[in-house]
Amino acid sequence: MIKSSFSNIQSEYLALIDHTKCVRCKRCIQNCGWGTYSFGGDKIIADHSKCVACGRCYTYCPEDAISIIKNPTVIRENGNWKDNHIKSIWKQSETGGIVISGMGTTFKYKKYFDHILLDACQVTNPSIDPLREPMELKTYLGKKPSKIELDFNEEGEPILKTKMPPQIELQTPFVFGAMSYGSISLNAQKAMALAARALGIVMNTGEGGLHDDLIPFGKNIIVQVASGRFGVHRDYLNSGIAVEIKIGQGAKPGIGGHLPGEKIGLDISRTRMIPLGTDAISPAPHHDIYSIEDLRQLIFAIKEATNYEKPVSVKIAAVHNVAAIVSGIVRAGADIIYIDGYTGGTGAAPNIIKDHVGIPIELALAQVDERLREEGIRNEASLIAAGSIRSSADAVKAIALGADAVAIGTAALIVMGCHVCGKCNTGNCSWGITTQRPELVRRLDPEVYGERLYNLISAWSHEIQEVLGAMGVNSIESLRGSRERLRGVELTDAELKVLGIKHAGL
Amino acid sequence: MLKLKNKFSIERDISGCGLCGIINAKRVKITGSNIKKAISVEHDRGNGLGGGFAVYGNYRDYAELYAFHIMYDNLSAKSSVEEYLKNNFVIEKEETIPTSKTSKIIEHPYLHRYFMKPKSDRQDKLFHDLGDDDFVVQSVMLINENYDGAYVFSSGKNMGAFKGVGYPEDIADFYKLDEVEGYMWTAHNRFPTNTPGWWGGAHPFTLLDWSIVHNGEISSYGINKRYLEMYKYNLSLKTDTEVITYIFDLLIRKHGLSIELATLVLAAPFYQNIDKMDNEKKELLTALRQIYGSALLNGPFAIVFGYSGGMVAMNDRIKLRPLVAATMGDFTYVASEEAAIRAICPSPDLVWSPKAGEPVIVKFEELVPQKGRVIGL
Repeated sequence: MIKSSFSNIQSEYLALIDHTKCVRCKRCIQNCGWGTYSFGGDKIIADHSKCVACGRCYTYCPEDAISIIKNPTVIRENGNWKDNHIKSIWKQSETGGIVISGMGTTFKYKKYFDHILLDACQVTNPSIDPLREPMELKTYLGKKPSKIELDFNEEGEPILKTKMPPQIELQTPFVFGAMSYGSISLNAQKAMALAARALGIVMNTGEGGLHDDLIPFGKNIIVQVASGRFGVHRDYLNSGIAVEIKIGQGAKPGIGGHLPGEKIGLDISRTRMIPLGTDAISPAPHHDIYSIEDLRQLIFAIKEATNYEKPVSVKIAAVHNVAAIVSGIVRAGADIIYIDGYTGGTGAAPNIIKDHVGIPIELALAQVDERLREEGIRNEASLIAAGSIRSSADAVKAIALGADAVAIGTAALIVMGCHVCGKCNTGNCSWGITTQRPELVRRLDPEVYGERLYNLISAWSHEIQEVLGAMGVNSIESLRGSRERLRGVELTDAELKVLGIKHAGL
Repeated sequence: MLKLKNKFSIERDISGCGLCGIINAKRVKITGSNIKKAISVEHDRGNGLGGGFAVYGNYRDYAELYAFHIMYDNLSAKSSVEEYLKNNFVIEKEETIPTSKTSKIIEHPYLHRYFMKPKSDRQDKLFHDLGDDDFVVQSVMLINENYDGAYVFSSGKNMGAFKGVGYPEDIADFYKLDEVEGYMWTAHNRFPTNTPGWWGGAHPFTLLDWSIVHNGEISSYGINKRYLEMYKYNLSLKTDTEVITYIFDLLIRKHGLSIELATLVLAAPFYQNIDKMDNEKKELLTALRQIYGSALLNGPFAIVFGYSGGMVAMNDRIKLRPLVAATMGDFTYVASEEAAIRAICPSPDLVWSPKAGEPVIVKFEELVPQKGRVIGL
């Protein structure tokens, strides 16, 4: 086959340098993880084809001399044959491969959160001022008994007889979503660990094992067990506050993962307990879980290994029959169910899966919560909703639809500088987030970004308190599952029915 | 047209209100004229679209029987409900509830009462092994949900609710409560804000011998309702008061909590206070919040809750509605306004305004335990 000398694929972005401003400091060359810039003797020159619009160069250009623009050269517009179709065909005809990218889908599906409005008090009940009154966000994740059992002490006063199942105490109903060491850098994980500890919430190791440096943060870490079982051993299971079995991920339901050997350096190989430089392949299914009864065995194997002291969470992707699946998982003994919607992020996934598989978290969550209530087992497990929670408003709506807490992944990475360029899979992240290149990783200061993560979650928590106050309630549990406080706009009857909410005006 | 049930296209009914309660701890009976006088002082807290009373100790001769008060829109509803009752209950006595014609209450449903007990060989025994109380609850919900034109508004033993559309003092005259005697009374004056009056929507709301009068709006209604539905309660009335009654029923009758603990669920202490308690108490209250978080009543309320063992009056956890209490000898009075108490007890021994979330609990002395009760009170 004759190698074609040219490619149809044009640069998506143009990196333009204003040479009248440029002082040739070469910071852009240093900062770009993609090799876009080089020094052409007397001026900086840009190879546009390498630019991903990650924003690093212009953020760090001291002279404001760089602008990144969308390549104005058009592919002839066609309502049916869109840019991405044409480009994928070119790409695949040149490589013969599956098109892979990072982060969540870029498709513009309907975002149900944007069609839900919140209630507030007027006259008949007073709103509550969160600056003057307590406004409780504390949340406990884990199995709750359906009723309390009491004993009485010598004075005849009631004391607790029920042995409460283990709980994760969150000071605010947020957790950081699972992102493994390998898919992201250790510094990115450290930033989340620092923030989680300061906030009284938890982060999640993902499936990459627990690096030694994170062991002191155990009380704020959920350790994950996924199909590759990387880094899983007894001490690992006991080093966190809870254990999560990852079955699926919203960005790529039904498929596994692949961390290529070139990213497996010494540290990652130690943490994942695999040989240096070997591919880390997570199989699509757990090969010891081919059905629900197998999941039950793994849940209880983990509970045995952790002396029933840790809640066990099961993470799944939101797929068509999610309500029945979750009901099965609850009955299999899980204490927490983590549901990841189809817009959730990933380090790498085939576009065909990312863009077309799964269902929206809003619909999945509403149906799961309803189903568990119908079956009378809602108390048996807590629900974490995830899959692009973009703001505190999304969080409030998710909680009112029935979530106990929400997980944020992409939002946390955006804090660290991520511009959602979707090239996590390449390992060239200029922000030091989804890369293992030491010169890139070291630019991400865990303390600086730990503080910014703290700021974001604090700000969102204050916003939730404002909303609760406006609704006239002073505790997050009075919002949880309270769909009466939600109304839909621009939604069909079918959509409203699935969400279990009324149309605005009713 | 008379309205027995909430058929308005609303998720729930909201109202502001006035309330009042009187209890004698030694079970000394007084007539309804007292509470009528007290609640009439709170006239302006209602708008004539709902008033009502609950009285305890009024059916001494039938104390062991469930006293059903049922309102009917038409006689065919009556005959179909009675067919159900005859199949499942032994009816010892039935009669029209005595009323008097007044100029204020012009239109009213047909009001009938039945003193009865569930048959031991009732048909549902083939499918369940429900206790009498549970069966009565199920029957009440069945009739209220499925029998058009019929509504059970009282179903306890040795107690009764009397309510309707009108100011409470007019409702009292309509039911001739001056002639009725009881050792505990509660009263309610209603100011509905989003529906016209409907007979079933007046307070008190009762179930078995629980009765609730309530001033407030439960801002957590949505989740309280969904929580109760998980335990198969059917919230057909769509009122806050119904929610409160059922939560009490669940906590006390089904889960065996004491009144005191139940109030700690309804108006849960803040974590900032729980965290300061000694370990045993902290553990208990944290567990209560973890388990019963969805039963927390959030938003403004003052309630007076009556049951066979006594009376509880309480506010929400930050006291967003008025509630005053007073004692005079063996009598305890509670009301939305002190003036209501002073109208019938000009110089009480003690008058106070209960703190947010802190219940006023009065229990009868020398209580005769009722059979089949799970709570030790």
